[in-house]
Amino acid sequence: MPNTTTSKPLKLNFQTAWTYAPAPESAGHANIKPRYDHFINGKFTPPIKGKYFDTINPATEKKLAEVADGSAEDIDAAVKSARRAYDKIWSRLPGKERGKYLYRIARILQERAREFAVIESMDGGKPIRESRDVDIPLAAAHFFYYAGWADKLEYAFPGRRAKPLGVAGQIIPWNFPLLMAAWKIAPALAGGNTVVLKPAETTPLTALRLAEVIADAGLPPGVVNIVTGAGAAGAALVNHPDVDKIAFTGSTEVGKAIQRALAPTKTKYTLELGGKAANIIFDDATIDQAVEGIINGIFFNQGHVCCAGSRLLVQESVYPTVLRKLQDRMQTLVVGAPLDKNTDIGAINSKMQLEKINEYLKIGEAEGAELWQTDAQLPNEGYFCRPSLFLNTSQSHRVTQEEIFGPVVAVQTFRTPDEAIEKANNTPYGLSGGVWTDKGSKIFKITTKLRAGVIWANTYNKFDPSSPFGGYKESGVGREGGLHGMAAYVSLV
Amino acid sequence: MVFLCALCVSVCSVVNCGEIMKNGAMNRNGSNGAKSKPRSVARIEMPIEESRLPVLKTYKIYIGGKFPRTESGRFYQVKNPKTGAPLANVCLSSRKDFREAVVAATDAQAGWANRSAYNRAQILYRIAEMLEGRSAQFIDEMMKQGYTDRDAKIEIATAVDRLVYYAGWADKYQQIFSSVNPVASSHFNFSVLEPTGIVAVFAPPESALVGLISTIIPAITGGNAVIALAANKYPLTAVTLAEVLATSDLPGGVINILTGNPAELAEHFASHMGVHAVIWSGGDAKDLLTIRTKSALNVKRAVIYDRGDWLADAAQSPYYILDTQEVKTTWHPIGV
Repeated sequence: MPNTTTSKPLKLNFQTAWTYAPAPESAGHANIKPRYDHFINGKFTPPIKGKYFDTINPATEKKLAEVADGSAEDIDAAVKSARRAYDKIWSRLPGKERGKYLYRIARILQERAREFAVIESMDGGKPIRESRDVDIPLAAAHFFYYAGWADKLEYAFPGRRAKPLGVAGQIIPWNFPLLMAAWKIAPALAGGNTVVLKPAETTPLTALRLAEVIADAGLPPGVVNIVTGAGAAGAALVNHPDVDKIAFTGSTEVGKAIQRALAPTKTKYTLELGGKAANIIFDDATIDQAVEGIINGIFFNQGHVCCAGSRLLVQESVYPTVLRKLQDRMQTLVVGAPLDKNTDIGAINSKMQLEKINEYLKIGEAEGAELWQTDAQLPNEGYFCRPSLFLNTSQSHRVTQEEIFGPVVAVQTFRTPDEAIEKANNTPYGLSGGVWTDKGSKIFKITTKLRAGVIWANTYNKFDPSSPFGGYKESGVGREGGLHGMAAYVSLV
Repeated sequence: MVFLCALCVSVCSVVNCGEIMKNGAMNRNGSNGAKSKPRSVARIEMPIEESRLPVLKTYKIYIGGKFPRTESGRFYQVKNPKTGAPLANVCLSSRKDFREAVVAATDAQAGWANRSAYNRAQILYRIAEMLEGRSAQFIDEMMKQGYTDRDAKIEIATAVDRLVYYAGWADKYQQIFSSVNPVASSHFNFSVLEPTGIVAVFAPPESALVGLISTIIPAITGGNAVIALAANKYPLTAVTLAEVLATSDLPGGVINILTGNPAELAEHFASHMGVHAVIWSGGDAKDLLTIRTKSALNVKRAVIYDRGDWLADAAQSPYYILDTQEVKTTWHPIGV
């Protein structure tokens, strides 16, 4: 791979000869109902206080449906239902029977995958390619994977017996709505726990569709309860005295508040929080592949990914080459309708999130970093953001230290491996990281030194149900996925 | 110098017990050990006791492999609970002492984690050897702090055995808890354990030695560095353990030991941003709440043990090592 920058580079031009014709996925079979209630004790149940809120399509700003606004009373009803189901049925059921229910859910999800993908993209704004190829298949795979653990727990923890915890309260984010529900529900049920799940306010629809799947699968009433709502419903779940475990995925700020709220209790918790991952490109990397890795690292799901490669560290000797190739590649990214199969970057999940990203773009410029954005055409309506780079950032810049959760990369350079490690580890986060080099010994050296829970070497943003995921430092406590994820839902005696 | 008398008595039992331990007669009462001990010892012992003023030990804290006094200049007095005689003035450590210990631990941790597992195992075993050799001193000191002779002997024997137990785990727990993950895509994916980092430990209040050993040794077995607050009631044993550590090839700073008041230090242990985990093993409920609440400042792992009996076999297991470990998962594509 020549790293020379002396010859005049050829620039890819995708704008002149060809344009992309629209290739929209049909939304016809999504069948979104005008109104959704909570799913409690196996039935769709209206909210006790009778309040509903709208969930909108962030690509059109139009209302998709109204969903029940959960109150503390609704949460209480759901927890009572989960407790009953735990005491009377689920904790007494043999593991192999629990497993068969989970296999059923996995199968039905596979059968209805297309419908789920469409709803996920409509409700959350992610490109249909991603919901179709990543979110939904992985969600089904998680149920399938943990189904198999349910009757094999005696092999999971040598020298110990695994017992269920009881009722698990689970609060999930808006970036991977169905996938996060699967990450939470599957291991909980496999371990013999029952569940109260609170989906994110802006993306409740696939979780409610999952409730239909759960009912179709014949799960005993109360084993899975789903209460939609905003922060108040989540807080009521965290503070409920009859919940034995809280699993939360979301911001570090809320995670810390949950850890504080649970301090006086014996409630167990696992937290999957924010990140500010460094994607490190060494001069001996295959640059073209690394550039694809940078793109996938930060622009996957509009950068709404806790493990996104939101910091780019490039070795100084290849910086001009990498930057040129990266900018050329970024210019080809199609920002547009989430349901269009040509779309690379969909809609920002909510107005609030778009405002937060735009605020960070201002902060970065005010701090002295140089903002570079592509010329992508943005749709006239909906919440969209151009793929963005911050050049000339320093380690102390807020855009280098803080999680933006959007399609924005802070770029820095380094000279030596030690400098790269020092910079990469110099944030309060420790969720993930990326390393690009063709030298095997260097991979092992760098991946060992990075203080983060998931490291991608010569790849990025890969996920699998058998692969443990979770953070060091302020990125969280505990792991999800794999054998290690099972430990989060059992007590060992 | 009011506690001279107590110390004079102790010289006798130190020598006696040492001999008993060497002879393997663990169950004998130290003070009556003259019956079974070799004759030569008695000859030396008597004149010393009668003619010589013993040199007393200053009990100091242990930071970065050195034995400083607390920077605060404060102290609390430890008395023999049976006689009421003063035993020593020990450091009432301050927040600043703790912060200096965190610096020492941070300096030492990466190097310790980089040692080979085999080397860590050998150093842990070396600590056991040093402790065994000093058994008599520990038994005597524990008895002065209120232990019966029998309980003190059980305590030291269990502590030594526990060190040997964890020495054996140092190069094995990784294989038990690591995994190669069969991901569906064309990647090689594996999960290994790495130390959480800097661990602050409140030693169990009800135990002079085994509690402290059982909470700090699993953490350092796994490559962490530790700052421990000794049981308030038994600071002498903790400081003497530090002397064992200092002569065991354990790099300075890997274990730091403070003496003082848990109620005063709980908040600072839990709120320090350079500490990654706090181990709490019993004591005041208010302190526990402080620790769990303040841990949220930087998402510390708050590890809570409500075990009273640290002598039990169940008080040792590789799961104690796991409590201060992080799981790191690494992906790499497979291809040519």
